[in-house]
Amino acid sequence: MLAVENLKVSYGQSEVIHGLSFAVKPAEIVAIMGRNGMGKTTLMKSLMGIVPSSSGVIRIGDTPVQTLESFERVERGLAYVPQGRMIFSTMTVKENIETGLTVTGETEVPPQIYELFPVLLDMKGRRGGNLSGGQQQQLAIARALASRPKVLLLDEPTEGIQPSIIKEMARTLRRIRDDIGLSIVVSEQVLSFALDMADRVLVIERGEIAHEATRAGIDEAKVASFLSV
Amino acid sequence: MIGDYSYSEFFSILAMQGFAGLILFSVFVLMALGLAIIFGQMGVINMAHGEFMILGAYVTYLCSVVVTDYVPFLFPVYFFVAMALAFAASFGLGVLVEWALIRHLYRRPLDTLLATWGLSLALQQLYRSVFGAREVGVTLPDWMMGSISLGDAIEIPINGLFVMGLTMIIAAAVYFIMFRSSWGKRVRAVVQNRVMAGAVGINTKQVDRMTFGLGCGIAGIAGSAFTMIGSTGPTAGQLYIVDTFLVVVFGGAGSLIGTIASAFTISQAQSTLEFFLSGSMAKVLTLLTVVGILMLRPQGLFSLNIRR
Repeated sequence: MLAVENLKVSYGQSEVIHGLSFAVKPAEIVAIMGRNGMGKTTLMKSLMGIVPSSSGVIRIGDTPVQTLESFERVERGLAYVPQGRMIFSTMTVKENIETGLTVTGETEVPPQIYELFPVLLDMKGRRGGNLSGGQQQQLAIARALASRPKVLLLDEPTEGIQPSIIKEMARTLRRIRDDIGLSIVVSEQVLSFALDMADRVLVIERGEIAHEATRAGIDEAKVASFLSV
Repeated sequence: MIGDYSYSEFFSILAMQGFAGLILFSVFVLMALGLAIIFGQMGVINMAHGEFMILGAYVTYLCSVVVTDYVPFLFPVYFFVAMALAFAASFGLGVLVEWALIRHLYRRPLDTLLATWGLSLALQQLYRSVFGAREVGVTLPDWMMGSISLGDAIEIPINGLFVMGLTMIIAAAVYFIMFRSSWGKRVRAVVQNRVMAGAVGINTKQVDRMTFGLGCGIAGIAGSAFTMIGSTGPTAGQLYIVDTFLVVVFGGAGSLIGTIASAFTISQAQSTLEFFLSGSMAKVLTLLTVVGILMLRPQGLFSLNIRR
């Protein structure tokens, strides 16, 4: 569904991602793990077109998207939940979700979204900025799902969120995947969360993939050793 | 008795000056709405906003001349056509300017200040070359002339009422566009977080261009209204730009209600004080008050309370 070939990303002269390649199958959940500063967020941003890539190919289905702008990538089926959630804080919850409808041309929020996140229905008239961190995270996911994506990118969704909600979020994401066959790429530092939801784990180290394992064959100790500081 | 005036005279003066202030208020609101949309929502300080207004005024003037010469029977309603054309002209120029100039400067606010100031000088000279340095005035259709008398000493001009009605309609339309339409939702999303708005699928460049065009278009309508209270010259826009900035900042950038409230306060204070003091003293007092209030409330009169 999503294929990345030999992707290179630089900030000015310093290259941060050195020729990364991986592929995500339809309805597969892939966790990208790694310590701070190893290029997880940069990878996400370059997939989304926020940071330009210097070379390489990014494909959604069969369409290369590496030269397109962010909003065109969303039209092709990519959706993004950024680190720090970045909801539109002065807009209401409902309006926040509706911004995601831009590319589909729909005018009403699909009811499935409120089914997945009932708390957002209760709070739909509140300003996004007045929600708690966990609720904002759900809102950011709902907003991304509103564009009916094929591939969902989640950048450190567990950051700053209490453990009980993290568990529930893993359940919800798996449910979304099962319901609509969405492919999910999630960058993560919390190993337990990644093991909870991912089918496959990639460990990224200094801009390259250092380790790869399916959920069945994962060596927890080895992955943990990559994550320890 | 208050000073040399009896109470009834005093209240008549207050009412009529208040009404004169309402016309000024209308022009301020229309100017400030455009400026607030562009500055509050996009962070671009448009020094050429007064010239966009004057463009609208010149278009209205041209309309009045053309209609009088060629289709005189349409004269009573030409003003509505002129307003639509004024909007279209300023909108068009706004879109062009955004494409040619502003879009290259979004991350450099000080440079937009300089660039739009340069633009304002260029436009002034262009008006001077095309229309001449002499001020021009439009002829109003008969039904807009004259006034309604309320009581012995109070006269209310009809064109003033017309301008006010127009302003209310436009303010309501802007509110509707920004807060009820899906386009407005996109604008507000881009304003809040440009990068993220792109990442949820909004074409931010197109939104920027249309927003800038809309702000300038409203200035064009303000220009149409302006022709009723002042004569149109190449530099007339300069007289209004400072006051308009004052209105936007005092009202709280980004808040439409605040913009309207502050336009009302400033125009009323100015107009009422002007009668009793000299024009420049009135301005000094208004400015001092506004500066004083802004020191206590730097965010302006109205601002949203949310977690950041």
